[in-house]
Amino acid sequence: MNAVVLRNITKRFGDTVANDCISIAIGKGEVHGLLGENGAGKTTLMNILYGLYSADSGSIFINEEETQIRNPKEAILCGIGMIHQHFMLVPVLTIAENIVLGVEPPGILFDRKKACTQVEELSRRYGLSVDPSCTVANASVGIEQRVEILKALYRKADILILDEPTAVLVPQEVEELFKVIRALKQSGKTIIFISHKLREPMAICDRISVLRKGRFVGTVVTEKTDTHELARMMVGREVELNLKKSPMRRRAPVLIAESVSALNDRLLPALKEVSFTLHSGEILGIAGVEGNGQSELVDVITGLRKVAGGKILFNSEDITHSDPKTLHTKGLCHIPEDRYKRGIIGDFTVAENLILGQEDAFRKGIFLDEGRIVAHAQGLIDAFNIITPSPKTICKTLSGGNLQKVVVAREFSRNPRLFIAAQPTRGLDVGAIEYIHGKLLEERDAGGAILLVSADLDEIMALSDRIAIMYEGAIVAELEAQNATEETLGLLMAGVVK
Amino acid sequence: MRKIVSDLLYSFFAILLALLLGALLIEATGYSSLSAYAALFRGAFGDSYAIAQTLAKASPLIFTGLCVAFAFRCGLFNIGGEGQLVVGGLAAALTGIYISAPIFIHIPLAILAGMAAGGMWALIPGWLKARFGAHEVITTIMMNYVGILLCSYLVNYPFKAPGWVAQTVFIKESATLPKLIPKTQLSAALLLALLFSFLTYLFLWKTSWGYKIRAVGLNPTSAEYGGINPARVMILSMAISGMLAGLGGVGEVLGVHKRFIDGFSPGYGFDGIAVAVLGRNHPAGAILGALLFGALRAGGMAMDRVTDVPADLVFVIQALVILFVSAPEMFRIIGRLKK
Repeated sequence: MNAVVLRNITKRFGDTVANDCISIAIGKGEVHGLLGENGAGKTTLMNILYGLYSADSGSIFINEEETQIRNPKEAILCGIGMIHQHFMLVPVLTIAENIVLGVEPPGILFDRKKACTQVEELSRRYGLSVDPSCTVANASVGIEQRVEILKALYRKADILILDEPTAVLVPQEVEELFKVIRALKQSGKTIIFISHKLREPMAICDRISVLRKGRFVGTVVTEKTDTHELARMMVGREVELNLKKSPMRRRAPVLIAESVSALNDRLLPALKEVSFTLHSGEILGIAGVEGNGQSELVDVITGLRKVAGGKILFNSEDITHSDPKTLHTKGLCHIPEDRYKRGIIGDFTVAENLILGQEDAFRKGIFLDEGRIVAHAQGLIDAFNIITPSPKTICKTLSGGNLQKVVVAREFSRNPRLFIAAQPTRGLDVGAIEYIHGKLLEERDAGGAILLVSADLDEIMALSDRIAIMYEGAIVAELEAQNATEETLGLLMAGVVK
Repeated sequence: MRKIVSDLLYSFFAILLALLLGALLIEATGYSSLSAYAALFRGAFGDSYAIAQTLAKASPLIFTGLCVAFAFRCGLFNIGGEGQLVVGGLAAALTGIYISAPIFIHIPLAILAGMAAGGMWALIPGWLKARFGAHEVITTIMMNYVGILLCSYLVNYPFKAPGWVAQTVFIKESATLPKLIPKTQLSAALLLALLFSFLTYLFLWKTSWGYKIRAVGLNPTSAEYGGINPARVMILSMAISGMLAGLGGVGEVLGVHKRFIDGFSPGYGFDGIAVAVLGRNHPAGAILGALLFGALRAGGMAMDRVTDVPADLVFVIQALVILFVSAPEMFRIIGRLKK
């Protein structure tokens, strides 16, 4: 019997077809992977199933019965629960309060005790241990995710949609999540596991359906496939999964941080005496769960945040209190972690974005030299394979991967010596990731010094020559890449060993 | 290009809709909408005098529209155009009265004095924003009161001309902007307004300073990341925005009244906000918006003279135009909320 059947689902947003006649059958009690690159239409499809969007055409069958799902409330009534990528919890409330929020036990007064016992009972039944009276603000990300799952279970969900559930977890937490998923399957729940990675669905799913560019590619049984086939289905061509890395040739130190401290936006200490040395010709990876000071470290080096203590040297010059402009001229480039908020100006054209920070160099007299700006843009568009209708296209209409290429092209074109790359491939599809990784390695081999900050452990391990792990604002360990295993990194990231 | 055409169409339908609704209102209050509109149209475009009146009323509105649009391109809301216009007007008047120079020096000098005063008046809120994060909406509104009342004091006491009215004496002939059509209010201020619209366009879209200003307006975080100093750019933008408003006062003083009269502005600075909204914060749009409002003003005064319909109704129509022009944006926002 099938728990969910989607038949010929089509959804358009303006001119783009997000879902093009997609049909998928999900069996009752199975863990079903939904795989595809960013923009393949996975989330749109699941939002239709959850009633957040309505399909332009097509039908939905729940437990073999045709069902109209007009809003999330109706989806919940059908037994569907969705755990979003970004959790939707109230930090000041306790775990139990969050779980029962909106469907509290009946009565005029809120029966906290009853809520607690209900939640306890629920968490025992499915083996999802949580402390119901702990406030969410004090819970870890892994626990928050459990709370989200419990929230769905409390609303009697039989079909659980997990949207990229591992994106925010360290490897050990992923293992815990997989245990939970197996337990849920044991008790007869159906689970839809959305992912754009290859290994995770292989490890947990019974069957995997692949989407590409809004179309359904096929459903495969996990046991009868491998990551190469999945990658081919996802991208539509052969993909080189293993990077070819030439041996490292470490040269002179380029960037030296000496006991650097800084505050975060809430004026609390975010960096605690961070020290490291980055050499020419190497990639130093900064690993860590997000929010452990990596963003602040990048801001401090790139002159976007005040240094509270310590010293930063760039080619033995003190740059501790330099502004971004000065740093650019000295040869620093920065791929920011949030390309939409910081990397580009969405309403500018591609050509305008490609001169950001160099606008004064593109003048003829007092006016901007339009011809040279467009020529410059066309050169970078060709060199970096940016897919855009023209240099005068408004930048925000480009896909995520092409936007990132705009950022990379602009930053690399200034002939920098020092590269600060923060989450350079986050949210990009396999093809774009391949490209950007290749570019970073190219610069490393040409003698560039690269600081790679990433929450993606696979990326850190694939690219880095050395790995430093950040936990709670400090670098807790530094290893040569060949000595690092996923397990040791995971434990260091979680702050378990020091 | 397609967007410009659709924007123009939107604005056109908004005006049509506003006039229709205005007609209903006129009928509801017991007057004839047809004769009212006929009077309004004749007063705005009926003969060369009417057209001159429309253009004369549009001139200061072009400047204040540019003022608001310029600041907006840097992400700032300059609500202080009124105060900047008034202090600009007084500075120009005093230069016109107390300095003697040949005409080709005197006029530019008076213009520069007006720009400097208006610019200074906006620079203060700009600096307060950059230094302390004080919101420019609040500070520019406050500066309106300070500016208007300060000028009022100055022409009531130190610079008051003999007589009952709170005004200065006439400016010297050498500081007077020539009339374009004799016996009308239309002066060379209109040419000045068109010139500065073009300069504003060049500055914002063709220079690297304009690039920086627009970058800060669209995304200050990205601008800062790119090495632009947003605080400095904001201060500069406010100052230029204030200069444009100040020029509005200059045109009125040197071209129309030939002296500074207390309360000479019937709210040009505030109407500038509407002009900028109507013109989508573009200099060319500001010209079109100012022409519409100038026509409504000139026509409204004529309508008031020859029919029983009160001129206040013109303000209702103005308000309706603004409402309908901003409506597509409103619908878009509501649409987004629903999703």
